[in-house]
Amino acid sequence: MLSRVANALYWMVRYIERADNLARMLEVNEQLLLDVAEPGLALHDTFWRPIILSTGDEELFNELHPEGGNREIVHFLSMDERNPNSVRSAIAQARENARTVRDQLSEALWEELNGLHLFLRSEDAERLLRANPPHFHETIRKAGYVINGIVSSNLAHDEAWHFMDLGRNMERADKTTRLLDITSFLPSTGAEASLVDHHWTAILHACGARNVFQTIHREHPTPLKIVEFLVLDREFPRSVRYCIDRADAALHQISGSPRGSFANEAERVSGRLLASLAYGSADEIMEEGLHTFLDDLQAHFNRIGEAVFREYVLLPESDESRPPIPAESVSAVVAWQLQQQQQQQQQQ
Amino acid sequence: MFEGYGTDNFYDEMFLPDGSPRPFCQTLIERFSRIPEEDFATRRAACDAHFLRHGITFNVYHDQKGTERIFPFDPMPRVIPANEWDHIEAGLTQRITALNLFLHDVYHDQQILRDGVVPASLVEGAAHYRPEFRHVDVPGDIYIHICGTDLVRGGDGEYYVLEDNGRCPSGASYLLENRNALKRAFPTVFEGAGVRPVQSYPEDLLEMLHYISPHREIDPVCVLLTPGCFNSAYFEHCYLARQMGIPIVEGRDLVVRDQFVYMRTTQGLVRVDVIYRRIDDDFIDPLVFRKDSVLGVPGLMGAYRAGNVGLANAVGTGVADDKAVYHYVPKMIDYYLGQDPILPNVPTYLAAEEDDRKYILEHLDELVVKSTNESGGYGMLMGPSASKKEIEEFHAKITAEPANFIAQPVLSLSRCPTWTDGGMRGRHIDLRPYIIYGRDVRIVPGGLTRVALKEGSLVVNSSQGGGSKDTWVLSH
Repeated sequence: MLSRVANALYWMVRYIERADNLARMLEVNEQLLLDVAEPGLALHDTFWRPIILSTGDEELFNELHPEGGNREIVHFLSMDERNPNSVRSAIAQARENARTVRDQLSEALWEELNGLHLFLRSEDAERLLRANPPHFHETIRKAGYVINGIVSSNLAHDEAWHFMDLGRNMERADKTTRLLDITSFLPSTGAEASLVDHHWTAILHACGARNVFQTIHREHPTPLKIVEFLVLDREFPRSVRYCIDRADAALHQISGSPRGSFANEAERVSGRLLASLAYGSADEIMEEGLHTFLDDLQAHFNRIGEAVFREYVLLPESDESRPPIPAESVSAVVAWQLQQQQQQQQQQ
Repeated sequence: MFEGYGTDNFYDEMFLPDGSPRPFCQTLIERFSRIPEEDFATRRAACDAHFLRHGITFNVYHDQKGTERIFPFDPMPRVIPANEWDHIEAGLTQRITALNLFLHDVYHDQQILRDGVVPASLVEGAAHYRPEFRHVDVPGDIYIHICGTDLVRGGDGEYYVLEDNGRCPSGASYLLENRNALKRAFPTVFEGAGVRPVQSYPEDLLEMLHYISPHREIDPVCVLLTPGCFNSAYFEHCYLARQMGIPIVEGRDLVVRDQFVYMRTTQGLVRVDVIYRRIDDDFIDPLVFRKDSVLGVPGLMGAYRAGNVGLANAVGTGVADDKAVYHYVPKMIDYYLGQDPILPNVPTYLAAEEDDRKYILEHLDELVVKSTNESGGYGMLMGPSASKKEIEEFHAKITAEPANFIAQPVLSLSRCPTWTDGGMRGRHIDLRPYIIYGRDVRIVPGGLTRVALKEGSLVVNSSQGGGSKDTWVLSH
């Protein structure tokens, strides 16, 4: 398949997964607030700020909303198009990637994604978010299920599909580590510190893992057990190990090399990471420090992503025959390209 | 639904001047009349929602927000009886044959110029003439493989050729999707009507692409080359590529090595045999045409010249659909085929010729003036509805650069019943059939009917407030 198409499909799926995870996180947080809202608690610092910190958008938020505010955070993360990581922006980017490879997508998949995009740009979406935020986020989560359902049941499981599977699992692994990282930003003193337990449970919820966890462990979830489950479990579809296992499988499907060996840098890094997860323990992780461990995981994910890009998307050889583009910045190049694309007189 | 409908002295496609339906439209009109108006409105809205949700849209230029719009769809089909279609088909086949003979001639011996049938200065001065490609042979001597020829019907009931689009004609996807939309929303109106199907278009297109492959011995790799997703016709590029099952590529996906074209894939370079290009000549290869093109493929023209890749349409076809050259097409038909044109041209005045120019400048308020370099309804003056200022502007432009302008009388275009806020009303329409020229000439029955939705308007272009209709060709 075309390198450009592989890249677009990979990112389309990642953006969808990103929006889905953010919506889950927000939905669970809203539910959690209903359980523990006692007068006098610093809700902002306890519940909302950690989310912004874990997504890495604190600076932009403070700039746009110097006053802070919980509603503002929810809107900022859900619907603000000025925030490139909001649910709405992520879906818009997924849709833009989809648009560049429309011929590769089934009609049903395009329709669902385009429908979600149109909804998020509508006044209806703004109203729903104001009136009933949990319902808004549930809508996004369900659309995510539909899209993933179409991808798994309606498309040929060919090379394009493996690139999508790779993207989805890389993003999912990354988001699970970011959810867990919320606990690194919780207040450690005062009345709010007693709520930390709730947060851990909420993370399980956000991963849709509460019931599975209970079935397996039949005990109250402790941080250690939760880390073990969400990082090291072999079977749960949102655990880091499971996702990396799937990503590794997708990489080998694409290259055709047998698993357990490697044919390129991406496979080498994913294989080694997978081994360390397969033979790791929660005790070791906590000893090393959860935040440091998660940071290190994310760095590994990035290395895999970069290696995939170098192997499959960057041109096989550098192309010297193309004249240099006379422009100062990337945005100027994009604008130039846009202008030329539009100049093409399709005889209408 | 048809209360208060009048033909108002125009040629109406469905009604006779006395208000009774044309015999071949009778059943259709009865069926539509039986649909309650609320129901009709609901189904119509369902069509629009379908187009928007499926992203069957076009981008509006000169609009900073890059808005995507649907091409408004009118559910009342336009009907062409079998005998009229036979006439159109014969006329278009004759015309495409002559145009291709003309292109082969002007890019080889230029006999027609030497015999003085077409002025040499006109061809050599045409914006889209490519002297670089003289004496380059193309597969099967075919230049225009896909042509969208715009037809109109005048007040006399006769079909006229308004213009030929022989470079990158767009709109075929709407022809196909309009049929799908109408079938879904109004299935009953089709029953027993004998409407000829249009679905074969993508197959015909692919067969033609295979036919022009320079490498006949293998199953050729065909691709569709698009300028990218910001182009107005991007939806159509994706649509046709998917219908044909071929990859859609951008310039940056292709690379030329040793005069062969390859696409960059995750498994390395793969050779490309045929390119259905939707990029203008100007942008197709920065080494030969515009140096600043970021959309094209450096070296593509070298591969093409060497006969290693097929291109549809060929390079330099724009000289045949030049608005001034258009005037000479009937003469070409006579010159190459020894026949009278089956489909006449609209009378055309060339500003480049002194007598014509004088006439044009004196009658600007009665004429349609077209720039020979633009398409899509841009750069055009509609004399009767133009302001004094616009007329003065065109007066100056024509005087300064007469070779860039032609003028035609305002035609009284035929009308077809079209749904409006005030019920069914007559609106002006045209017709763009799509002609495919490969092993043989194939024309999918009908074409794209465009309709000027504004009352009294004669401009049907999608960029200027036009809509479209399903086009029915009857089998009997």
